[in-house]
Amino acid sequence: MRLGVLFSGGKDSHFACWKAMQNEEVACLITVVSKNPESYMFHTPNIRLAALQAEAAGLPLVEVETAGEKEEELRDLERALLAARERYGIEGVVTGAILSVYQAARVQRVCRELGLWCFNPLWLADQEAYMEELIGAGFRVVIAGVFSAPFDESWLGREIDRRTLDELRAIARNYQVTLTGEGGELETFVVDAPFFAQRIAIEEASKVYRNHNGVLRIERAGLVAK
Amino acid sequence: MILLVDLCCRDGSLSRDEFVAPVERLLGRLGVMSVTRHYTAVGAPEIESADAVILCGTALMDTGYLERPELFRWLLSFERPVLGISSGMMALAAAFGSGTEPCREIGMADVRVLAPDPLFAGQEEFSAYTVHDCAVQVPGEFVALAASDRCVQAIRHRSLPLYGVLFHPEVRNEWVIERFCGLAGRQSP
Repeated sequence: MRLGVLFSGGKDSHFACWKAMQNEEVACLITVVSKNPESYMFHTPNIRLAALQAEAAGLPLVEVETAGEKEEELRDLERALLAARERYGIEGVVTGAILSVYQAARVQRVCRELGLWCFNPLWLADQEAYMEELIGAGFRVVIAGVFSAPFDESWLGREIDRRTLDELRAIARNYQVTLTGEGGELETFVVDAPFFAQRIAIEEASKVYRNHNGVLRIERAGLVAK
Repeated sequence: MILLVDLCCRDGSLSRDEFVAPVERLLGRLGVMSVTRHYTAVGAPEIESADAVILCGTALMDTGYLERPELFRWLLSFERPVLGISSGMMALAAAFGSGTEPCREIGMADVRVLAPDPLFAGQEEFSAYTVHDCAVQVPGEFVALAASDRCVQAIRHRSLPLYGVLFHPEVRNEWVIERFCGLAGRQSP
């Protein structure tokens, strides 16, 4: 089955893509770029770099912009899925949803209306096992946003390796924080994945941080040989 | 031992992670032994050694299992506890000769308990995650146990511990599966 992966640039959509590749054919990546920083569905820092990640993966990217207003976003998602079907003949959609019933149900509804299959291979994943598998499989993931105590500015730009994962475990035990950042505590950016032909080098980035809320703005990045 | 039946379009499909693996992990956390088989590969040894059966759900677009009703006939003589989840409820009802009717619900729905039963004891109403295009027509041998404002959400055989739920209890209502395992435990030798 030819599939399109709803793609944010973060670890969950990359991991879902990798899972899908083991079973089916991933024909394209699909990104909905929200202009609204409060968007429930699609806002994420560095979304514009999805094109670079798609290039690293050797996959075409379908990119659709949305003003990011609640109901309009769904029409924009529908527009993106229709474009992916028209250009790449997708029969189904893959998402990186783990726990969010809100997000999962909305994508399920749009897919059903369009007659597309919907796959959520990370649904209700065991967070510990998922993070271990992510690192073990060779994904290289950088923290690109923090939105919760106790994360300070030093977390921005850190790679989630085994040492960082140990620290995240300790934080998850002591604070209302999920290990995967599924509760919106963390945003991530993937610089390398097992299906990337080249990896991403962040050449220039700046940090914007205040009161446990911050983002790593990647100003310049390029592809380098693995 | 609980036999988990995978109703997805094929063995090892991408939907397995979404509809079967969460139930496997939940049983593991509950300390309940289980074995999983795809619905096309359920054989006499698994059926004989199972104390209970859970028929897992599958993707909205996936209706392949409904085209093979003969592969679910063994449920008619199983007589030990069965829990059909969403598509699994449809497979269970189909084994008893019942059809479906259109009823699309996607997202959270309020479920009201209609009749007393150990599975829902102490619950009058709860919120449940639904992903389905159709509801079952309640087979003659079954009673409706719970409903949303759109359709029947849970059924039970009149004399056997055979249950079907249209919602997905593995999402936010794990207690339903935990209780089912308790019922199954009490009935095993």
